Amino acid sequence: MSVIVRNSGFEKDTWEMEGGLFIDLEKFAQDVVERSPENTCIDVPNDTNLNSLKGVLESASMIRIPFPSFADGRGFSLAKQLRQHGYKGRLRAVGHLIADQYGFAMSCGFDEIEIDFTLAGRQPEEQWLARIPREDLSYQHRWLGERKLRNI
Amino acid sequence: MYQYDQFDHEFVRNRVSQFRAQVERRLDGSLTEDEFKPLRLMNGLYLQLHAYMLRVAIPYGTLNSRQMRQLAYLAEKWDKGYGHFTTRQNIQYNWPKLKDVPDMLDALADVEMHAIQTSGNCIRNVTADHFAGAAADEIEDPRPTAELLRQWSTDHPEFQFLPRKFKIAITGAPNDRAVTKAHDIGLRMVRNETGEPGYEVLVGGGLGRTPMIGKTVREFLPKADLLPYLEAILQVYNLNGRRDNKYKARIKILVHETGTEELTAMIEEAFETQKLWHQAPPAEMVEAIEKQFAPPQFDLRKVDEENLVSIIDADPLLRSFIETNVHEHREQTHAIVTISMKPVGGTPGDATAEQMRVMANLAEAYGYDELRISHEQNVILPHVRRDDLPEIFNVLRDAGLATANVGLLSDIIACPGMDYCALATARSIPVAQQLSSAFEDMKQQKNIGPLKIKISGCINACGHHHVGHIGILGLDKAGVESYQITLGGDGSELAAIGERAGPGFSYEEIVPAVGRIIDRYLEVRETTDETFIETYRRVGADLFKEALYSDERVAA
Repeated sequence: MSVIVRNSGFEKDTWEMEGGLFIDLEKFAQDVVERSPENTCIDVPNDTNLNSLKGVLESASMIRIPFPSFADGRGFSLAKQLRQHGYKGRLRAVGHLIADQYGFAMSCGFDEIEIDFTLAGRQPEEQWLARIPREDLSYQHRWLGERKLRNI
Repeated sequence: MYQYDQFDHEFVRNRVSQFRAQVERRLDGSLTEDEFKPLRLMNGLYLQLHAYMLRVAIPYGTLNSRQMRQLAYLAEKWDKGYGHFTTRQNIQYNWPKLKDVPDMLDALADVEMHAIQTSGNCIRNVTADHFAGAAADEIEDPRPTAELLRQWSTDHPEFQFLPRKFKIAITGAPNDRAVTKAHDIGLRMVRNETGEPGYEVLVGGGLGRTPMIGKTVREFLPKADLLPYLEAILQVYNLNGRRDNKYKARIKILVHETGTEELTAMIEEAFETQKLWHQAPPAEMVEAIEKQFAPPQFDLRKVDEENLVSIIDADPLLRSFIETNVHEHREQTHAIVTISMKPVGGTPGDATAEQMRVMANLAEAYGYDELRISHEQNVILPHVRRDDLPEIFNVLRDAGLATANVGLLSDIIACPGMDYCALATARSIPVAQQLSSAFEDMKQQKNIGPLKIKISGCINACGHHHVGHIGILGLDKAGVESYQITLGGDGSELAAIGERAGPGFSYEEIVPAVGRIIDRYLEVRETTDETFIETYRRVGADLFKEALYSDERVAA
């Protein structure tokens, strides 16, 4: 079981309870079964080339990008690319991110972060909420007038 | 000079409180040591051989007297009374305690300074020509762009966890004093055929264990496109740079393995998207920054040349100082003074709190309140009236700061080496000290002429040895220090990586070996005006190798 971190705080992960499925990108590409986008979440590895995702983006209402280690920042760029190329669904980071990275993830277009209970115990809710990004303290917002990347 | 606005003040204070909380969360176990490490690094805090080290940014090397005095205060309150100016226009304190660091950062914030992104796998302190705004050969002052980049890169959400560190340097002059070709990104301010200002963009330069000269990916980038273009380069690097081996993780390896042409195409493709998503920086905001770098109101009264000449003629030490440490200013009535941080037998780049105050006072009294730190680890008074030179010299001499060796043999760049650094494999500072002592006679140094010796204590090359005319690399050979010599390196617009001369020399042998190179140069130079590097380019490496190794039996 996992904890979902959002701007509203810690939540239970209800995706599978509500009939949602997680499918690897590789399997999804090979699968012939028609799936409804509403209950499809595709797991997209962080070394995926954006060009290989064409046509996939409309087939899922959630995309999950793993962070194998908090020091591996590829997921931030991939999330931003997905948003900039028109992905409008739910975007979730999963794995080893730390509370101090919450704002970076949100600013790059993620909607939520899935962490395990151990990490949630070690870094409780308030440590994540303390890092909700602030536009009034963002140099990028100041200089690039960055368009909103998040949709939910 | 740039002055913080409300936004900058709030940002930096907020950052200090974030770090204060991170230190507490490390202590209460919320953060593991592994998790804490990149967080302290992106706030300038290293764990060194003996203690923590705090690296403070001096963005594009520019500071005022108040800031310099505060650096002196930090040195006295939290260190052992001195600081160390580095090759990246930073100052390092080698003995702070972890619990004191948030207070040090608050003290820095009091004078509009910080230690943000001076370390870690993120975009580092942006460096620039140390003569910016003063040099006679300048096309345009690069510092407004450097400040824009400082702001853009600070806490950039996408680029805090790059494969490896990322360094950007910028110059506004054709004479490249910022070593732009040895940076992850080098920016050279240029104008296109219609006179429009922009940048030549170089990518993938770097020293370290795989030295490379940057490749041009854009001959001309219009000014307004700079930020989206840099977003594109960084995104391509963040997604494609190697993460399997930290020694192959810099962008220079990506350029090398992908090829300049293909990588350029990837950058251009990413740039197309970034242009759609990011507006050009608002012109009035850019202008507001530019205005802050407007030159001071120079005192342009005529200099009494006759009087000045007679003073200089009467004081050979002053004359010598002016010959080496004073450079041409864009205003004929003014000059640029370089204060050497390389006294005979001293540690390159070290300054005591007292010396910092002397320099701050000089800047206030004679230098329009401006100081610069150069990547060559010296301190600069960028604007002084020429008729004030004698008085400035007297003050410097009384403070032990008048070493007249800028650009000469003993103006050595050296990394901290094994005396401080956890990575070092050999000592650097004592080698620099012994060299400057061996060539103590300034007449001899002047006869030898312009020469850049650079010393690194390990293959990470923090002492820039690859671009030294004579480079020295200290290695560990089976527990014994061994010093390898490279020849013909150059950090200027003629950038070149030095060539390895041959087998290394022991700690005892390295200074005499350099002596043999110098002797050979003096024998073969055509005129006294032909510099070491010019002679080297004319005659090649062989003559010098012979000088280095023909006496090997004697040495053995």
